[in-house]
Amino acid sequence: MGEDAESPKINHTFLRDYVTEADVISTVEFNQTGDLLATGDKGGRVVIFQRETESKGESEEVGETGDSGEYNVYSTFQSHEPDFDYLKSLEIEEKINKIRWLPQQNAAHFLLSTNDKTIKLWKVSERDKRPEGYNLKDEEGRIKDISTITSLQVPVLKPTDLMVEVRPRRVFSNGHTYHVNSISVNSDGETYLSADDLRINMWHLGITDRSFNIVDIKPANMEDLTEVITAAEFHPHHCHLFVYSSSKGTLRLCDMRASALCDRHTKLFEEPEDPGSRSFFSEIISSVSDVKFSHSGRYLLTRDYLTAKVWDLNMDKGPVETYQVHEYLRSKLCSLYENDCIFDKFECVWNSSDSVIMTGAYNSFFRMFDRETGRGVTLEAWRESSKPRAVLRTRRVYNGGKRRRGDVGVDSLDFTKKILHMAWHPSENIIAIAATNNLYIFQDRVNPEAQVQ
Amino acid sequence: MIHTMECAADAQSLISISLMKIHNSRTQRGGIKLHKNLLVSYVLRNARQVYVKEKYAEIYRMQQYEEVMTVCNEIQELNPLDLDAEDAGDEEQARAACCGEEASLCGSACHRGAAQPAAHARTASALFGCSPLEDGGKEPDPSYYRSCCMEAAPVPHCDQFPANGSTHCNITTVLDLDTHVVTTVENGYLHQDCCCCDALQCGQGAQSPAKKRKVEFGFCTSDGEEVSDLTSARKRAKREDCSYFHLDYTDTSNISNLISIFGSGFTGLLSRQADLEQICSKQVLASLGAWTRAIVAF
Repeated sequence: MGEDAESPKINHTFLRDYVTEADVISTVEFNQTGDLLATGDKGGRVVIFQRETESKGESEEVGETGDSGEYNVYSTFQSHEPDFDYLKSLEIEEKINKIRWLPQQNAAHFLLSTNDKTIKLWKVSERDKRPEGYNLKDEEGRIKDISTITSLQVPVLKPTDLMVEVRPRRVFSNGHTYHVNSISVNSDGETYLSADDLRINMWHLGITDRSFNIVDIKPANMEDLTEVITAAEFHPHHCHLFVYSSSKGTLRLCDMRASALCDRHTKLFEEPEDPGSRSFFSEIISSVSDVKFSHSGRYLLTRDYLTAKVWDLNMDKGPVETYQVHEYLRSKLCSLYENDCIFDKFECVWNSSDSVIMTGAYNSFFRMFDRETGRGVTLEAWRESSKPRAVLRTRRVYNGGKRRRGDVGVDSLDFTKKILHMAWHPSENIIAIAATNNLYIFQDRVNPEAQVQ
Repeated sequence: MIHTMECAADAQSLISISLMKIHNSRTQRGGIKLHKNLLVSYVLRNARQVYVKEKYAEIYRMQQYEEVMTVCNEIQELNPLDLDAEDAGDEEQARAACCGEEASLCGSACHRGAAQPAAHARTASALFGCSPLEDGGKEPDPSYYRSCCMEAAPVPHCDQFPANGSTHCNITTVLDLDTHVVTTVENGYLHQDCCCCDALQCGQGAQSPAKKRKVEFGFCTSDGEEVSDLTSARKRAKREDCSYFHLDYTDTSNISNLISIFGSGFTGLLSRQADLEQICSKQVLASLGAWTRAIVAF
């Protein structure tokens, strides 16, 4: 604990729990190889972690591959600053809403980061050599006196300490009137989309002064507004397809070959509402907070307040699978509305083989569902209960019925500890969970590689 | 922690909570969150529907003249907006008409009134005051019916729901974030249902005032969403002190307009039938003004 016997009276433990608002992680994303993991926070900073590689001679006793699986800080930079729109007298938050990595094309890595209004392209490059032996400058960089130069030499590159440089390469601004909620890089590697509440724009990565508007659901009269766009994503393989979700719980698949403006969807995915379960909050809990294509491109995963659903692109009548994330909250919706928790936007992710889906909940819990068996498991991301290399134990929320030891009662749940953001390694069973200002990285040591179906 | 015992699920408290959230959202960092406010407006709409239904059920259960009078009095306390000096005379007349053995006649008349979609708003107030349960099957005396349930026709709805005691319509100003066009909507209460003869005055011609403004200030929106002439737009922003997102906090009538906007606004949420329920809801919306004044007083 760190408290010595001489001063037991003052308890400083509360200081450890105090979280600066700016340190709260707001997005997590692996790159395409999984070697790099980027997090964005409410203070506009981006922290990139890199996976450590073991040296050739040593290997873990479990007998896995050379990577140890440990992620260490690689680089940190300030992506966005607080801004002010003087025209509308609106403050623009610096919070990073989303980070998306570009496919790697050379030694450098590129990522897109966005706040509510502006998207930026960053180049992350390493420098481990520096030129030495200039003719006109000395070692400290001072200009030499020309009269002292008697011969010419060719500068040579000498190894130096590794330096990671992050530089902004593009700034895509003034594209959005409303708050940007999603960005998605196209499989063509040249374009990406950005979505706000009412519009979706398509950009070329090399052009910052213009973008194409591909979806516009703003009504002529704002008083007729009934739904907003909540998330959007490009298809992983087909560069002409993208999907966007709405606050009404619908998904729209759009084909950009059909027309320049994709206001009219190619397919509408909607589940008819159960009239028996209607309540004051039906509209809120049906709003989709996240949508993700499966790696195969065949399925869609969506998250609304109480459930996670898997949809087949070939069937628009309803989801093929529905998973109850925390059904015990259905009777608590009124209180959750009062304390604003009902507006929390949970993300959802696929594993690399599309056999498992994962999403977050409250009390530092997150849930994984095995699609084959339909079974779900609850895990906890909490410092006190997870030491490094300890095995995560499953948790249960008790809501009537037989209570087991270790179960947590519904009324004991801590709603300030919410798992909203997470990411799954693209090829291995490594997950990154953001819990307020902490990042947890868990690894499956038993099955490190994903089981390919 | 959730305190399950203290959750107030009734419509009235949900309406208050929702209004508080909308009110607080104006001062939140990052600007107004459109998505969240849209969801809150859905809760507001649902709660309002339940509240109106509950009020209906409550009224229809009243049998006794004394109970009717009690409700009348209660309604008057909740709806100071409706009662001007001018209206007081009509109210007394209505009350006097709905009395004793004639209550059943009044009731059937009101009930018939309820069936007519084109009924005037006065029918609504009479409903609150009358007991429309007994349907004796008798034909009501037309003149009696009129004095009990209807105002002398036709009266523009605008004049019957003054938010601040005046007989004029309320004015709401809406700023479009994209085009920076300011639209003035008069009679914030469900202006789509308003059947005023003078369409312009009651906000149905909302487009023309907007166009008028465009010409006035020389603001060209044909360039699309990007504001090409920042200086003229800035001048406009300075001149327009009241916009949808910058209502004057001290002006409670503007807060009632906000409610009416969320009632009449997002009209995709509302049924467009001009049935009695909608007209009754105007009364309900008017009564919300009292609650919002309570909220503003915090």
